Amino acid sequence: MIPAAFEYYRPASMEGVIALLEEHGDEARVIAGGHSLIPMMKLRMAEVAHLIDLQDIASLSGITIDSDGIRLGAMTTQHDIIGSAALTAAAPIIKEAALQIADPQVRYMGTVGGNVANGDPGNDMPGLMQCLDAQFHLLGPDGERVVAARDFYEAAYMTDREDEEVLVEITFAAPTGGYAYEKQKRKIGDYATAAAAVQMSKVDGKVATASIAMTNLSDTPIWSEETAEALIGTTCDDAAIKSAIAAMLGDIDPTEDNRGPIAFKCHAAGIVLGRAIKRAWSRA
Amino acid sequence: MKDEITREDRVANLKGMGCSRKRVEDARFTQGQGNYVDDVKLPGMLHADFVRSPYAHARIKSINIDAAMALPGVKAVLTAQDLEPLGLHWMPTLAGDKQMVLADGKVLFQGQEVAFVVAADRYIAADAVELVEVEYEELEVVVDPFKALESDVVLREDLDLSVPGAHGPRKHANHIFTWEMGDQEATEQVLDSAEVVATEEMYYHRTHPCPLETCGSVASMDKVNGKLTLWGTFQAPHVVRTVASLLSGIEEHNIRVIAPDIGGGFGNKVGVYPGYICSIVASIVTGAPVKWIEDRMENLMSTAFARDYWMKGKISATKEGKITGLHCHVTADHGAFDACADPSKFPAGFMNICTGSYDIPVAYLGVDGVYTNKAPGGVSYRCSFRVTEAVYFIERMIEVLAIELDMDPAELRSINFIKKEQFPYQAPLGWEYDSGDYQPAWDKALKAVDYKGLRAEQAERVEAFKRGETRKIMGIGLSFFTEIVGAGPVKNCDILGMGMFDSCEIRIHPTGSAVARLGTISQGQGHATTFAQILATEIGLSADSITIEEGDTDTAPYGLGTYGSRSTPVAGAATAMAGRKIRAKAQMIAAYLLEVHDDDVEFDVDRFVVKGAPERFKTMKDIAYAAYNQAIPGLEPGLEAVSYYDPPNMTYPFGAYVCVMDIDVDTGVPEIRRFYALDDCGTRINPMVIEGQVHGGLTEALAVALGQEIAYDDLGNVKTGTLMDFFLPTAWEVPNYETDYTVTPSPHHPIGAKGVGESPHVGGVPCFSNAVQDAFRPFGNRHTNMPHDHWRIWQTANDLGLHD
Repeated sequence: MIPAAFEYYRPASMEGVIALLEEHGDEARVIAGGHSLIPMMKLRMAEVAHLIDLQDIASLSGITIDSDGIRLGAMTTQHDIIGSAALTAAAPIIKEAALQIADPQVRYMGTVGGNVANGDPGNDMPGLMQCLDAQFHLLGPDGERVVAARDFYEAAYMTDREDEEVLVEITFAAPTGGYAYEKQKRKIGDYATAAAAVQMSKVDGKVATASIAMTNLSDTPIWSEETAEALIGTTCDDAAIKSAIAAMLGDIDPTEDNRGPIAFKCHAAGIVLGRAIKRAWSRA
Repeated sequence: MKDEITREDRVANLKGMGCSRKRVEDARFTQGQGNYVDDVKLPGMLHADFVRSPYAHARIKSINIDAAMALPGVKAVLTAQDLEPLGLHWMPTLAGDKQMVLADGKVLFQGQEVAFVVAADRYIAADAVELVEVEYEELEVVVDPFKALESDVVLREDLDLSVPGAHGPRKHANHIFTWEMGDQEATEQVLDSAEVVATEEMYYHRTHPCPLETCGSVASMDKVNGKLTLWGTFQAPHVVRTVASLLSGIEEHNIRVIAPDIGGGFGNKVGVYPGYICSIVASIVTGAPVKWIEDRMENLMSTAFARDYWMKGKISATKEGKITGLHCHVTADHGAFDACADPSKFPAGFMNICTGSYDIPVAYLGVDGVYTNKAPGGVSYRCSFRVTEAVYFIERMIEVLAIELDMDPAELRSINFIKKEQFPYQAPLGWEYDSGDYQPAWDKALKAVDYKGLRAEQAERVEAFKRGETRKIMGIGLSFFTEIVGAGPVKNCDILGMGMFDSCEIRIHPTGSAVARLGTISQGQGHATTFAQILATEIGLSADSITIEEGDTDTAPYGLGTYGSRSTPVAGAATAMAGRKIRAKAQMIAAYLLEVHDDDVEFDVDRFVVKGAPERFKTMKDIAYAAYNQAIPGLEPGLEAVSYYDPPNMTYPFGAYVCVMDIDVDTGVPEIRRFYALDDCGTRINPMVIEGQVHGGLTEALAVALGQEIAYDDLGNVKTGTLMDFFLPTAWEVPNYETDYTVTPSPHHPIGAKGVGESPHVGGVPCFSNAVQDAFRPFGNRHTNMPHDHWRIWQTANDLGLHD
């Protein structure tokens, strides 16, 4: 658990960060809270010759809520998110999810940007951001480009981000209706056995809109349009929920690990999703 | 001096036995001022790291250290070839086997030590590990002990099958020993003709003690003076000194072993590990102090595991539920080397306590030890030697028998308890239980939880579940356990030939304070607190005026260390006995000072008083001063004593536990609603420390029962090598425990105390497990194996058709 040698940089501006990334290419990584990257380095599963710390770049932190929507700076910590009354009022699902990530000590350091950019299928925020239809803002040598969270993930630890790019902020419209983030895990600090993010709205007693994403049940988060469609237009009765679960099971592709065999994970995913839908609907 | 305080005040000021004195150790531990092995920093100290095998079974074709040696800062790379001329490439194990210190021609488990790299700092050492080139030829891996006994794959090519092992003849190249206790023929006769017989097979999975502090050592060879100093994570520092002397040829007086603060042991730090030996050799080779500290993954993968017992049981009874016989066979997976930490004559520890708390007329136990391609070990993880396995076995067999008899398991236990008047009780597998009073403890426990009410609620819940009104079922876990702790006696128990006595040496200072040194070593048990309390009561000086020291073999008397809840039963007894020697001399001094005959004074709390004249007294402080400043005819100056205590028997603490659990059959998530633990550890020295011990032991029981395991795949890869997958519960997962007690003093222990640190683990594991299994009993469950993690609980529900 001793990392290989690395050079450590702590630039004061994004220009400095981008310059270092351009210089060192795939031998460089940026580090935010470090709660994914540092363990990987200590296990020597990630060899990072040049480590670029983003802590000194103040512009990367902060939560903004205005008529344009919600903006989360990439360096905003889970602790900041949980403590923001304004964010909780605008998008309560984020606090509900953040409280189920790791433990308070990790949440003091762990950032939303790191959580979504790392591409770890176990992380909770990627699925959540897909549920919210968030946009990821990537800054690189040629300026900024925007990628939808729903298009960002390619495989485990593989994303649309280029080596010289940094994920600097996340934006999304304030969600409406009911919400729920439901997660089954083995213990505090664990990744999900199965987790579901659900946002849905109600018009005339029927489901008007729905957005559903599942976590740690494939090598990427799974935003399932079919699952949402199974609910839209229904009264969210047991039959509709059953259809939604069936649709979701068609989209996930879990693997067996210490959390259990595939049959169990599929069953748990269905239970977790069913509970999330019911809770979200009760709040819609 | 006018005595204005009351006798009650004097007793309170003493902070002696029975007082919930705050732990004196905690001031430094809670302020980051502990001094652990990794805190030892010596001038010029070098740092070491191991090259470990990625394979579970492979031949080593070659090892090339050139690139590693070329790295600046690397001082040495040791391989078996370097250790061989010293005869240190193998070492003896506590179980009478031998173990490779560094891989000698082949590797036998994943994570096995192959080469030892020594460098100027820890980072260079880790970098150099990657530069050591080892060429392996993979061999067929055997991880299943049953297959091992049929396989042509020979794991231990160094052993000759025609030569008996340490515990008798071996039946197969991968067989280690057969150990039998009891009367097989008589037991089989009873079973064959019994009215009711229940049989069950159960696997007590492999797990790991996982102390917060991993293992490590710092060796410093002073070549000028010929002295070796070895700091390390040792639960038995004196034994380590003796072993180090025998292996290295350095005379024992030239070796100083220091076990400083230890961050938990739980059995993991009883054995001798290759890292200790290699750090010593490396210090001799380099002439500099060498530190080796393992990381968490190394600790989980390579240092001693616990359990891994495949148990087959048969229990017979009359139709009314009176047990008539018990048969147990164990296939014990010991991994690549037999490095179990048991007393020499007990290759399966005290597994022969598996008749439990019940009066079973006839029983038989057979244990077969087997080599597999897994890490060696087999330590007593928070229990006396293999007692957790034994108690789990009998407490599961009782539940299975209750199913067979269609009887309430609480009632079945009551019918079969050893009765108070039967003590001392001669058990059929060889032990003499010193004392017990089981039925009142059981009744108290059942009453405390309203057992009948719980059963009624459970029955209602089953009906509600069947009607589709709930998806949660309810389990009531019961366990009644008897521990066997406090090894000695010397006539039965030894470690590498050292009798399992223990010791205490006391020096009273002139101003009436004292230092006492013991042969044990606290790893968090609070010895500095509780042993001072024993002494305070025995010698009449306040516990706050008594320093307890352990762990430095240059100052502490020889002892066998701390594990198997032996410290209070053995060293605690030595402490009381040494205290009584002090008191005996103090009586003579007091009599001289008071100008009366020795027999005319009597001890009273903190003083000797002239009989019938309580105003005439000398306090122990007065007496201590007199011992040093006056010439007393017929007495040597000073006030010191030493006691080496060989216990006449073990002590047999017991307890009654109840767990109430709700289980979500759809997710497999268990919720512990209530956990009640009644412990009887005899005389209670410090109730607060006991409660802390019970909380800790129960939490480790919860861990083992509900998810903690060392799992391997078919290739012998460890699947649970980090704390992400190895379950270490936090405050979040742990329920609010309710503790209770009865007091049945040990008749042979000087203060009537028994051990308690491990009881809650021993009793807790079957209690948690029984709660899970009891929840499914109404749906047809008989037995499922631990660990009861979410998916396995879900699987049980699934197999019983509860998801249909």
